[in-house]
Amino acid sequence: MNNSIALKSILNKETQRFMRIWVQTLVPPAITISLYFIIFGSLIGSRIGDMGGVDYMSFIVPGLIMMSVITNSYSNVASSFFSAKWQRNVEEMLVAPVPNWVIVAGYVGGGMARGILVGLIVTLVSLLFVDIQIHNVWVIVATVTLTSATFALGGLINAIFARTFDDISIIPTFILTPLTYLGGVFYSISLLPEFWQGVSQVNPIVYMVNAFRYGFLGVTDVSIGTAFMVIGFFIVTLFAIAMTLINKGIGLRS
Amino acid sequence: MTNAVETNALQISSLVKTYKGGFQALKGIDLTVKQGDFFALLGPNGAGKSTTIGVITSLVNKTQGQVKVYGYDIDTDLEKAKSFIGLVPQEFNFNQFEPLINILVNQAGYYGVDKKTALVRAEKYLKQLELWDKRNSAGRELSGGMKRRLMIVRALMHEPQMLILDEPTAGVDIEIRRGMWDFLQQLNEQGITIILTTHYLEEAESLCRNIAIIDGGKIVENTSMKSLLAQLDGETFVLDLLPFKSEIALNGISSRRIDDSTLEIDLQKKQTLNSVFEQLSAQNVEVLSMRNKSNRLEALFVNLITNNSTKKEAK
Repeated sequence: MNNSIALKSILNKETQRFMRIWVQTLVPPAITISLYFIIFGSLIGSRIGDMGGVDYMSFIVPGLIMMSVITNSYSNVASSFFSAKWQRNVEEMLVAPVPNWVIVAGYVGGGMARGILVGLIVTLVSLLFVDIQIHNVWVIVATVTLTSATFALGGLINAIFARTFDDISIIPTFILTPLTYLGGVFYSISLLPEFWQGVSQVNPIVYMVNAFRYGFLGVTDVSIGTAFMVIGFFIVTLFAIAMTLINKGIGLRS
Repeated sequence: MTNAVETNALQISSLVKTYKGGFQALKGIDLTVKQGDFFALLGPNGAGKSTTIGVITSLVNKTQGQVKVYGYDIDTDLEKAKSFIGLVPQEFNFNQFEPLINILVNQAGYYGVDKKTALVRAEKYLKQLELWDKRNSAGRELSGGMKRRLMIVRALMHEPQMLILDEPTAGVDIEIRRGMWDFLQQLNEQGITIILTTHYLEEAESLCRNIAIIDGGKIVENTSMKSLLAQLDGETFVLDLLPFKSEIALNGISSRRIDDSTLEIDLQKKQTLNSVFEQLSAQNVEVLSMRNKSNRLEALFVNLITNNSTKKEAK
């Protein structure tokens, strides 16, 4: 059995899916982020002045790109895998000799592809508003790749447990969005009172946004080494959870 | 590991499945299907047919027992066992929004078949099942019969040695159904083992060589189609006549007049149709056509299921 062909098939299927419905998957983030740039960057940002040693517009660009990557990686896998369960076409893979790690890797890869593509689109949109500088391209690439993988795994676990379409919107609405908004996208956590700075340190998105911002601007509220350790911890943990669930057939096999 | 001289395509021993709520769908099933067989697995709704298929294809976790596919135990060699099986499930379970050709190429890919080979196979089977013109249409644009045929093509993309069909002709018109029968017979002649569940008993009777009947999670009959049909004591035929007003007397043969142009006869095992026709000719009765009142297998099936229900009630 050639696992690389199976993996490529799942990746193709996943990529074709979000490209087929590009109006739903690729256009909305570009519009939403444009609005963020216009309102928070141009209108409000001009009154805020500098943050973290750079102008506010430049400060929020990495966070907004990362916010798009996070939400799109997550929602792509959550909706695609749940739809596959709901329409029962997930059975096409379950009856085939595809190892479970290939199923996980295929779906996560699809989520990463959408997250990173949307991130690129948002980056291009941001060029209309601000000149982007790059401090360390490898940190940018590593952060965006690992973060999209982390949230794609999160979306997969959500979809495995989901029984209705409502179940795949609960986590993004009540957990993911608040964590993202409180993850230092729009502000430096050094501005927060000491207590809330401590609270922010248990929010993994703080580490992802800051590592990404460091790649662009060279400024960060957290240590880059710690940021990668946190992201690595979440990837390993979520992958282990996803594999255990699929191996046991939770939500997939009777 | 597999036995080099393995002759069984499927071997199920003491298979038990108890669902979470405590419902026992399978109560210790033993079943063997030889390589190259065309095997019918029949039973009323809720008897355990789909659960059995689910366990074989790993869509249902078994509670106890052993399942071997071409000698490979699904507990220890699941991926190898799966590679032998092509499944045509009861419900349409392909992505309704995806073009047919993508569904097929991806399905082949899950079995490690490269795209080039998959395209060749897709063309071959889509043409054989008259779906080639629809290759770029989305699944939802197909009629019910086309969807059924698509599921057969999909199951064949990795050229499996055993094809399991769970009610493949449900809701399909008779012309297409007969076309599908011919296709399945051709596959079987090529050496593919076929396991079929169906509610059309004439389908099982005309296609299958061996049969198991399952009821209440137990196998109540497992034999060759020939032996099963031999259990019939007699058959009832319906004769369509040219309108005939007078009495018809058949010596030694039980018969009923339904109306002026219809006669029902009960023929016992040792009686022949020749003697019926001789007696009718002698009375100047002209027979236009003749058919079985009910399918032979249907009569046996109903008997077996009724007997099984009676036994359960007695307990």
